[in-house]
Amino acid sequence: MTESHETAVHAEHDHKPHGWRRWVFATNHKDIGTMYLIFSGLMFFLGGAAAMGIRAQLFKSGLELFDPAEFNQLLTMHALMMIFGAVMPAWVGLANWMIPLQIGAPDMALPRLNNLSFWILPFAGALLISAFLVPGGAPAGGWTMYPPLMEQFGASFPMVIFAIHLLGISSILGAINVIVTIMNLRAPGMSLLRMPLFVWTWLITAYLLIAVMPVLAGAVTMLLTDHFFGTSFFNAAGGGDPVLFLHVFWFFGHPEVYILILPAFGVISEIIPTFSRKPLFGYEAMVYATASIAFLSFIVWGHHMFTVGMPVAAQLFFMLSTMLIAVPTGVKVFNWTATMWRGSLSFEPPMLFAVAFLFLFTIGGFSGLMLALVPSDYQYHGTYFVVAHFHYVLVPGAIFAIMGAVYYWLPKWSGRMYDMRLAKWHFWLSAIFVNVLFFPQHFLGLAGMPRRIADYAPQFTDWNMVSSIGGFVFGAAQLLFPYIVWQCVRSGKPVGANKPWEGAHGLEWELPSPAPYHSWQEPPSEAVLAHGAEH
Amino acid sequence: MTDAHAKAEGSYYVPHGSPWPIVAAVALFSLMLGAVLFLDGAAPAWSLLPGPLLLAFLFVGWFSTVVGENQKGIYNLRVDRSFRMAMMWFIFSEVMFFAAFFGALFYARMFSVPWLGGQGVKAITNFLLWPHYEATWPTNGPGHVGGAHFDSAPMGIAALNTLILLTSGLTVTIAHHALRSGHRGRLKLFLALTFLLGFTFVALQAHEYGEAYMHMNLKLTTGIYGTTFFMLTGFHGLHVTIGAIMLVVIWFRVLRGHFTPERHFAFEAVSWYWHFVDVVWLCLFIFVYWL
Repeated sequence: MTESHETAVHAEHDHKPHGWRRWVFATNHKDIGTMYLIFSGLMFFLGGAAAMGIRAQLFKSGLELFDPAEFNQLLTMHALMMIFGAVMPAWVGLANWMIPLQIGAPDMALPRLNNLSFWILPFAGALLISAFLVPGGAPAGGWTMYPPLMEQFGASFPMVIFAIHLLGISSILGAINVIVTIMNLRAPGMSLLRMPLFVWTWLITAYLLIAVMPVLAGAVTMLLTDHFFGTSFFNAAGGGDPVLFLHVFWFFGHPEVYILILPAFGVISEIIPTFSRKPLFGYEAMVYATASIAFLSFIVWGHHMFTVGMPVAAQLFFMLSTMLIAVPTGVKVFNWTATMWRGSLSFEPPMLFAVAFLFLFTIGGFSGLMLALVPSDYQYHGTYFVVAHFHYVLVPGAIFAIMGAVYYWLPKWSGRMYDMRLAKWHFWLSAIFVNVLFFPQHFLGLAGMPRRIADYAPQFTDWNMVSSIGGFVFGAAQLLFPYIVWQCVRSGKPVGANKPWEGAHGLEWELPSPAPYHSWQEPPSEAVLAHGAEH
Repeated sequence: MTDAHAKAEGSYYVPHGSPWPIVAAVALFSLMLGAVLFLDGAAPAWSLLPGPLLLAFLFVGWFSTVVGENQKGIYNLRVDRSFRMAMMWFIFSEVMFFAAFFGALFYARMFSVPWLGGQGVKAITNFLLWPHYEATWPTNGPGHVGGAHFDSAPMGIAALNTLILLTSGLTVTIAHHALRSGHRGRLKLFLALTFLLGFTFVALQAHEYGEAYMHMNLKLTTGIYGTTFFMLTGFHGLHVTIGAIMLVVIWFRVLRGHFTPERHFAFEAVSWYWHFVDVVWLCLFIFVYWL
């Protein structure tokens, strides 16, 4: 405790840079984390606006708002903005804020590189979004960019390719920083198996990022050279094969979905023990489960391509390896449940989001299991069932975990408490209407409605209307979130010397709230470490 | 001893406020924007120029800062370890970038070309679309993309280049041992030999490209063989060039008396990078030229 007192005293004396230099020349992990989170929030609302457009168009059958080309542009850009602009930067932002605090480090290991990986993003985002403005509009072939369709788009084609290169460079640099910070800057005594699970899941995520982002760069480079320089990667007449792109892309693409969700597992593993007032059930099993999921993610990419045509042996392999992922994922879900079992539960906003995550992510996991089965995938592929599946894992999965993380750590960051009542409104509106939005899409898909299409047969109208209404309310409810955060930071009630959540453990809670500008300039002692881990 | 050790380990250097990252972000953006404008035909070729110029300015500026800080001795061993780990993982990301292109090569040779030639599970393509095509390697596909005939890349220069790169791997290791045992003269000599061998490699590769384009009709546009050949060797050649420039930079640092037998991260980073391009070349020699 003396340590935190000293750091607090020190915090008043530190010279925080002022004005624009603080942000543009930033090397502080908290400032950079904040910028990441703000960027992510902006992209979340831009991508959300595109989603509102999609749902408005699909409110009833018959083309109303957009022509099919515009609709497909909205759909493609919605995905790219959400995946690369909203979810991935949100996780890097949280990693920036929390990893140094949680492992007792003074900052990220490579602070200047950290600044670079953030500042690439606004440029990449601008390049991506300005694709809407050039002749021919944004790419409209879906975020998966399959050739030859992708190569037929106009001036925006190289813009999206190079935007992806920039985003990839940013992710790789960010991942290197995370790995080096965790492997090199842990406080003495913080052995690997004493690390908080958010740190563990991020470490594994960072390995995934370094392994697959360069492969995505390779895939889009092949698209670029096929289009502009006459190579034959995806041209059968020259001996290539469009399906090659699918293999390279999904070798990136499947680990990518775990990049989006593994840090969520970490966050949930922090929140549930706090509000159950019990230690996490099966800590080591959680670590090993995360590592197993990451390993398996490299050998399951073919399940995205069953209907493309592949040898039966390959289909069997990819089906079985995919179903194997259910085992470590099941370990996680059961461990979270077992953590809550006979716990002294309370339902503050972070816990509400975590519990909703537990139920709704599991639904997404189960529909994933259905899609893993080759014969049923033949039925579901390319329908709204797939859309429902991955939105269940990404919205009440990844996004809910991000919201939960912000509600959990915002008092730590700002030293102030947010409006709990409004946050619960935000939660309940989100949790109810995310189901109104996405659950009917399962029915639509099973009934045969294809995805990525601007119009549909009239018999699909009812459930589409329900889904759109759910989408509008869900979208509107998200506007509460920036308001709650803003109000908290401006005029929230100071949390003072006490922990905002009395069940919380970990090094970050050994620092005062708000955390001093320079955290852990001297590494925490073994006593502080033990106090932080005490249950 | 333990106290001194704890102090050296304890305070980790955190730089405050640096202009270089934002310059880097602007440089990368200029590079990409220039390429977009050029490829879309919206601007002439000079639009490609600002990016590389800014990048060169950036590298000189950022690395001068870091080298200066290092010479002032404000990096402790823990900072050194961060740099090492970062370099290793950066090289790993490069390995994965090459893996994508090797994957394309293996896919073409193992799957797409045999299928087009009527073998395996997708033989139907052959029967329906290309009934007269026989799978061979090298090939420019059933559509004879890029012309009816072309020659495959010759082994001669490639074998010579293999010898050159392997020798350069040896010379850089000798230089490293010389650095560690304090033989600065030998260090300067063998480091210079290393980058001279590197530039010789690039020159021979350029000569080979010239021959291929002018006399053999082997081009980037001659089907999947030309595609994989030029993309793989081209990205590799780019990396050799970058690696050789890095060797020149640390050679000048050696001339200025930088590096001690104990602390020489930049030297090691560059030599790791050099070994990495060496290993990639071995794979290229085996899978692109030989088999």
